[in-house]
Amino acid sequence: MVLLTLLAAITVGIIRTRNLFAVVVLSGAYSFLMASVMIILDAVDVAMTEASVGAGISTVLVLGALYLTKIHEDPPRFSAAIPLIVCVATGAMLIYGTWDLPPFGTADQPVNIHVGAHYIAESARETDIPNIVTAVLASYRGFDTLGEVTVVFTAGIGVLLLLKRWGDA
Amino acid sequence: MNQDVVTELADRPLLEAIATSYNYWITIFLMVSGLYIVVARSNMIKSLVGLGIFQTSVYLLYLSPGKILGGTAPILTEGAQIYSNPLPHVLILTAIVVGVATLALGLALTVRVHEAYGTIEEDEITLIVDREDYAEAGEDAETTP
Amino acid sequence: MILDVILRVAAKMFIPFILMFGLYVQLHGDFGPGGGFQAGVIIAAAVILYAIVFGKDAATRVVPKWAVEQMVPLGVLIFAGVGVWSMINGGEYLNYNVLLHAGEPIGTYDAVHGQHWGVFLVEIGVLVTVTGTMLTIFYSFTGRGRPQ
Repeated sequence: MVLLTLLAAITVGIIRTRNLFAVVVLSGAYSFLMASVMIILDAVDVAMTEASVGAGISTVLVLGALYLTKIHEDPPRFSAAIPLIVCVATGAMLIYGTWDLPPFGTADQPVNIHVGAHYIAESARETDIPNIVTAVLASYRGFDTLGEVTVVFTAGIGVLLLLKRWGDA
Repeated sequence: MNQDVVTELADRPLLEAIATSYNYWITIFLMVSGLYIVVARSNMIKSLVGLGIFQTSVYLLYLSPGKILGGTAPILTEGAQIYSNPLPHVLILTAIVVGVATLALGLALTVRVHEAYGTIEEDEITLIVDREDYAEAGEDAETTP
Repeated sequence: MILDVILRVAAKMFIPFILMFGLYVQLHGDFGPGGGFQAGVIIAAAVILYAIVFGKDAATRVVPKWAVEQMVPLGVLIFAGVGVWSMINGGEYLNYNVLLHAGEPIGTYDAVHGQHWGVFLVEIGVLVTVTGTMLTIFYSFTGRGRPQ
């Protein structure tokens, strides 16, 4: 619970800061806190990925982009009243939507009964891989992983097309 | 810790509601603030960071219902009875990697825009593009008889 | 430049351990948290650390750009190739149960063993593509240079 409050505080900091270098550092801290929250939620694979990708690669990429553009953000030109009202209204509607959600952490929610329970029960017999998340990712949902690898491949090619200076190796 | 808090406050309905729903509310707050950064700030790099915050709040939204109180990580070990639901973990793993791919492409586009227009503030770019459109329209009006 | 020396020495001590940790995460993805994506990012981070401390020219001498750019489609090819191998053996695309022949009766397949091999090869494909892409993106950003 303390971690979640810290997450919210860092987000407010990111909104208010104008120096983009500080924004990058704050977003690295945000990714690290998010990874800690994920460990508390028992998602260890996801926490490792979020820590390495969010706090590692994201920070490096945004710093690289900052080097090629500029560091300070200009003060906003138009008043931010309308976006603020829209966002607060959206948040209120979403909070109203969470009144009906099942209580946190129960085992008989619809999300935990059908497919998830089947994977937990069957994966030892069918694949003999202790890490159920890897078994589901690579075997039961292999097509999604193929699509994801293709997306990463496309992003690499896209960045090459946009940023490569032809003429040097 | 959440479980102890919940059983203590079970006879105080409002506090119980807050304790069990706190993660959803923080998730919604993160989602809304990410949305606010994308909509209200015109600096492109900050908008991309705000988009990242929005994406991470969606990860929290997916992972929270998958956690089972008293369960453990979904890795088969001796002595563990209850495992948390592994299905959201798989989906979010894919989502994180796709998110960083999108961020990389967005940053590459921002760099090219900066080279073309000299600025990365969206309002200034709108003004420059409008001025160019007016100039082109003016030239066309002069040259057509 | 005392600080420069500290950075160089510390980086030289760290980078082999980071590479070893990346390999560990990849190969133990079946038994603990880990797998292709995390390992790919960790290995890319080791090379990026080398590039940050020792300069981009030193890094491109050790891990050349053409190698990194070839790694990007190679991983996708490995992944898709496993699926084609399944189809050659008579199953559907990416059906790991039919990858390996069982010993005795000709025509049956060793399902669990096939699953192990399938997951292993697929994770290697993921590792290669993710490392290649992260390094390609990093090299593109740092190789661009400020406009004159």
